Amino acid sequence: MQKGDSSRIILEEYAISNAVEHSIVQEGEPWSIEKFAENLKVEIIREGDNGRELEFDLIGCAPALANAFRRILLSEVPSMAIEKVFIRNNTSLIQDEVLAHRLGLLPLRADPRLFEYPALPVSEDEDASDQDTLRYELKVTCSLNPHPRKDSRRPEDIYINDNVYSRDVKWVPLGQQAEIYPKGEEQLGVLESDILICKMRPGQEIHAFMHAVKGIGKDHAKFSPVATATYRMLPEIKLTKPVKGEMAERLKGCFSPGVIEIVRDKKNGPDDREARVKNARYDSCSRNVFRHNDLKECVQLTRVPDHFIFTIESLGALPPAVLFLEAVKTLKAKCRTFIEEIDNIA
Amino acid sequence: MGEMKSNDYNSLKRAEKFRKVAKHIEDKWKLVPAFLKGKGLVKQHIDSFNYFINVEIKKIVKANEKVLSDADSLFYVKYLNVYIGTPDVEESFNVNRITTPHECRLRDLNYSAPISVDIEYTRGNQRIIRNNLLIGRMPIMLRSSNCVLNNKSHFELAKMNECPHDPGGYFVINGQEKVILIQEQKLRNRIILEEDNKGCIVSSCNSSTHERKTKTNVVGKGGKYYMRHNIFQDDIPIVAVFKAMGIVSDQEIMQLIGTEEEYMRRFSASLEECHTANVFTQDQAIRYLSNRRKQKRFPTSKMGVVDEIKDILAINILSHVPVVDFNFKVKATYIALMIRKVMQGQIDKTLIDDRDYYGNKRLELAGSLLSLMFEDLFKRFNWELKQIADKNIPKIKAAQFDIVKHMRQDQITNGLAFAISSGNWTIKRFKMERQGVTQVLSRLSYISALGMMTRVNSQFEKTRKVSGPRSLQPSQWGMMCPSDTPEGEGCGLVKNLALMTHITTEVEEEPIIRLAYNLGVENVNILGGEEINNKNVYMVFLNGNILGITKNYIRLVNVFRLLRRKAMINGFVSIYPQHHHRCVQICSDGGRLCRPYIIVKDGESLVQQKHIEALKHGFKTFDDFLHEGLIEFLDVNEENDSSIAFNESQIEAGTTHLEVEPFTLLGVCAGLVPYPHHNQSPRNTYQCAMGKQAMGTIGYNQRNRIDTLMYNLVYPQAPMVKSRTIELINFDKLPAGQNATVAVMSYSGYDIEDALILNKAAIDRGYGRCLVYRNAKCTLKRYANQTYDRIMGPMIDSNSKKPIWKHEIIDNDGIAAPGEMVENKKVMVNKSMPAATMNPVNPANVQTQPDYCDVPVLFKGSVPAYIEKVMVSSNADDAFLIKLLLRQTRRPEIGDKFSSRHGQKGVTGLIVEQEDMPFNDLGITPDMIMNPHGFPSRMTVGKLIELLAGKAGVAEGKFHYGTAFGGSKVEDVCEELVKHGYNYMGKDFFYSGITGEPLQAYIYSGPVYYQKLKHMVQDKMHARARGPRAVLTRQPTEGRAKEGGLRLGEMERDCLIGYGASMMLIERLMISSDMFDVDVCNTCGLMAYRGWCHSCQTSASISTISIPYSCKLLFQELQSMNIVPRLTLKNSGD
Repeated sequence: MQKGDSSRIILEEYAISNAVEHSIVQEGEPWSIEKFAENLKVEIIREGDNGRELEFDLIGCAPALANAFRRILLSEVPSMAIEKVFIRNNTSLIQDEVLAHRLGLLPLRADPRLFEYPALPVSEDEDASDQDTLRYELKVTCSLNPHPRKDSRRPEDIYINDNVYSRDVKWVPLGQQAEIYPKGEEQLGVLESDILICKMRPGQEIHAFMHAVKGIGKDHAKFSPVATATYRMLPEIKLTKPVKGEMAERLKGCFSPGVIEIVRDKKNGPDDREARVKNARYDSCSRNVFRHNDLKECVQLTRVPDHFIFTIESLGALPPAVLFLEAVKTLKAKCRTFIEEIDNIA
Repeated sequence: MGEMKSNDYNSLKRAEKFRKVAKHIEDKWKLVPAFLKGKGLVKQHIDSFNYFINVEIKKIVKANEKVLSDADSLFYVKYLNVYIGTPDVEESFNVNRITTPHECRLRDLNYSAPISVDIEYTRGNQRIIRNNLLIGRMPIMLRSSNCVLNNKSHFELAKMNECPHDPGGYFVINGQEKVILIQEQKLRNRIILEEDNKGCIVSSCNSSTHERKTKTNVVGKGGKYYMRHNIFQDDIPIVAVFKAMGIVSDQEIMQLIGTEEEYMRRFSASLEECHTANVFTQDQAIRYLSNRRKQKRFPTSKMGVVDEIKDILAINILSHVPVVDFNFKVKATYIALMIRKVMQGQIDKTLIDDRDYYGNKRLELAGSLLSLMFEDLFKRFNWELKQIADKNIPKIKAAQFDIVKHMRQDQITNGLAFAISSGNWTIKRFKMERQGVTQVLSRLSYISALGMMTRVNSQFEKTRKVSGPRSLQPSQWGMMCPSDTPEGEGCGLVKNLALMTHITTEVEEEPIIRLAYNLGVENVNILGGEEINNKNVYMVFLNGNILGITKNYIRLVNVFRLLRRKAMINGFVSIYPQHHHRCVQICSDGGRLCRPYIIVKDGESLVQQKHIEALKHGFKTFDDFLHEGLIEFLDVNEENDSSIAFNESQIEAGTTHLEVEPFTLLGVCAGLVPYPHHNQSPRNTYQCAMGKQAMGTIGYNQRNRIDTLMYNLVYPQAPMVKSRTIELINFDKLPAGQNATVAVMSYSGYDIEDALILNKAAIDRGYGRCLVYRNAKCTLKRYANQTYDRIMGPMIDSNSKKPIWKHEIIDNDGIAAPGEMVENKKVMVNKSMPAATMNPVNPANVQTQPDYCDVPVLFKGSVPAYIEKVMVSSNADDAFLIKLLLRQTRRPEIGDKFSSRHGQKGVTGLIVEQEDMPFNDLGITPDMIMNPHGFPSRMTVGKLIELLAGKAGVAEGKFHYGTAFGGSKVEDVCEELVKHGYNYMGKDFFYSGITGEPLQAYIYSGPVYYQKLKHMVQDKMHARARGPRAVLTRQPTEGRAKEGGLRLGEMERDCLIGYGASMMLIERLMISSDMFDVDVCNTCGLMAYRGWCHSCQTSASISTISIPYSCKLLFQELQSMNIVPRLTLKNSGD
């Protein structure tokens, strides 16, 4: 296999042999902030799923930087989650600990920036500060439906409240919170309404108070503000030889739809099909070309090492763009601390 | 064989022709669920028990129907009928209520039903008939015909707190679920040719009837033939036996054995021996035998010598061969046959029977074991009645002697219950004593319970190191699972039934005998030896007994099979010819292994696509297939007379049967493994052992149970890659494991030696989270002196007016409240017991409070638990029974054990933050990282395929199948991956989570079903600095349960000695163990006490030294046996 452009990560059939060579993008010349600032580009590509998903390109930086943002988004940007559950009554089938765990994983609407981190020894009793705690209540009792649908034996028809959903978790103002947050439930409630918490049967009851606090994903995954934040390097596909005719069709089938297009050119003779790379961006990098011995000679699969396609899927408490900015702020703060520490040594 | 080879080409051609004809039958496997639908997986247990309580028990009672008395010749008790009711419990005196198994489990009761009899007996001169008289209680097998769960719908079962998927087949004794394991036994009533340790050929026959069990051997020794039997001192010349049986002439004897030149030559020495011993007539022979009898200790018999020996010959020798009016013809023929077999064995050693061959084995099930036990108890019951009658009838009393008043029911009840609960099977009349017949049903997981129901225990000694009985027998095919056996001492001896194995129950012999005679079998009684041994006839046997001879055995066999397929004969009766013995064997006895096969006629399977369609639509059941003669059961011996095709394409000209579905040759546990045919075979065996330790769900009623130990998974999942077996046994409804996204790569150094890396975020979200339930139990008894246990409310601290710390969680009723957290050493039930329970507290009847001492139920364990529920009830002795269910929720931690379904276990080596985990283009981080070094040596290719199929299944949104010898093909799975934009090899482009750079290698990743095993660090971790000591030696206690010390053993000691670390030795062996200061008298060298030497009566020269307490103990013990150890002390400086 011929060695291609050394500035690209080459996807070979069985390995990515030059993967490590690109850890430092700027080889040779000394790193300068000006040059970095000049090269760094951020392009927003797509915003989707009710503004909960953001795809943007981070171009011109080392993977370490992109990765730092990813890691911070996953585990260090704070969010609010239920931390303490005070169970008054739980006669349902679900165990107290499991119920508490499930409640803890519910995503909340609250903006973590409005709250403090909880005071360190979290007080055992229920009086908590309105500065760092949100209080919720879940009170559901299952009963027989007095007016069941005729001839139906389906649980949802003959019982009331047989399914406990996340919408049954209600926000309860603490201290001054009712005045500070006039929008209340809308601003601080539970994000999704239809998360099934528990199933019940008549006579069973759940009554619990919950305290939500601000925390980070490092402590527990429930505090992570994103479903996931990830990046991938921009794929690049080069055709080293023209691919024509039937081969072109096969080549097209080897990649994700829209990656390879077939151009018809009269000059190419009777079978006028020829494959061209249309847009390699959305290729899944499945490398299935390598299954065809004749095709693999004609293609070189590479990835651009300093072009990151960043995707942030927010849980919904904050828009992904804001989350990214938070991540940047966190990184900045961390750098400051680090520099301070270094200065202190000297 | 030779013929086969010469015709190779022709047969190939023929096969080619048939290959074209053979059509693939789509969905043939649907027959398997249809087969299992009838009675489920444990049908053999239930059938056997049903046969016992409905048929056999009546036979037993019939056989022992009369009780007579020596005191009164007119007195008798006659049993007219016996029946077993439905299980009930005594609510209060004489009020019974139908019970459910679950109630018995919770209340520690027996799930048993009354055994009632109708009797006719005499009272004085009256003849009285009494109906429905209780003589005892019979433990009832769950889901048997008398069980309340029989034929109940899911809804009804749920109402009874019973899981619809629970297989039943076990008993509930004292609230414990007990299984009577299937016992593997040697064949009875057949002639087995063996070689004894001296190299002699022996044909032996284990006879077994209801009365006795005997073993008769015919030995060929030094060119002569002898009979070897327990009641004779030494080997008896066989001719003498013939003569004693009334076959006196040598010619007649010879004709019975066979008049071929070879046989005559071999037997002449035996005839001569008899002549030299001067045995010519029957009378002489009988006296000869009488002299060689084993001397009885108590010669009680009133009979003469002749009658006695004739009796022995009739009853003890080959006792299963019936003798009517001392007509020994059949028995003599049988012995002649044994001699002939010995001769054949001497001529051709290959004829020696294989003892491990499965056709020579019988499986004993709950029914037959219980019937042995019941018969023994019933005989004892009758014997006792007789004793009572003998004792009481001569006495003159006001009331007439009424035997009914003396019938005690507790003997049978307790006898049966004790046998099942202890597993000790003691049958007096057979001198049988067996331990470990029953076991507690393992409820660790659903699979472990199922696996236990199919377990087969061999009678073979476990300690012996012989490979024969342990190795896989070809005749096990389809009957016993080739994978599921434990490692270690039980390897190959403990086996498990395959999925479709059926174990026969006895079938009535009478109709078969009649049929055989109608089919041209001639009775041997009317024939001479010459005709019996004619070259052209085959001898016909029924269950090892000679039925007669037949000229046209082919017709007999064929017609017999035809009738069986037409359902005119019971489907479990087997018939097969044995050509080298020129006989036809018909078997109708119980305990044979058999298995259904599709019948093939003229190279075409009788089961056609249309039949399968009818089955699918529910127009047909499995029984219809049997009745229509499309499918029949073959036992191991008949299998050997058939040509069975593995699949449709292998049907050839001579094929008689077709395998229903190949995956059924595996058992329940091996059926869980996806793609087992791609794995190295020991891996499947390992998984069979590990599947039983996986936690998950144990039944729909798991939350209603209060077991001593129960492990549950919080979020169990059905596996992404299923198998047909998984669906058949409902493992997908009661799963034990979770689908983890696995990346096969190395990560850090914490994954060596099979350790796994877990993703912390996955654990946070509930992966591997489990619940551990334990129970605490106590009973409140009443004692003989009118005192009773009591429970008190919490003790209140006088200052704070709050309960003391120990009693914090108990309610006013003295029992801990549900939902409370219990910590180490907290009281759960504040029970106290009267100090004196035996003697009356105050004979003067003065009402004073008896003294009580506290016997609280404490919680032990370093990690607190929660009280899930409290049950207050009463047990069989009417004592209060309090059960508490304790719960712990555990998240996986480092050191917890996980395993895939391919015998690949590993402990958690490291828990890694999500951001440190590698991620792929889609942003997927694996839940688990597994080191690729686990693959090359284990060769678990099945796991690789499972991952691939799982990945494709997730992408496509469907389950793939990894059924043995079938399942989704790798090719198709790869195409499906490509369709969804994945690499066809399942390898993805990953980035390091730590540096953010791409990894050099493509990573094989996807979902694999992982089981969490019961071994968790929390239950094992142990350390001690200071702690309890043993009373006698003052050394630290041993073991984790007693908070013991960590032993510095002999080998460790050797190391320290070798290294020369003397101070370290002193520290570990004395200072941190049992150091003790003793005073030693320097004058006498004995130990002094408090500076005073008792032997010298002085305190003049006493020194204090430190020695191990155990050393001091040794000196004192030596002194007590008159050995005086004296210590001579020196200053260390000298």
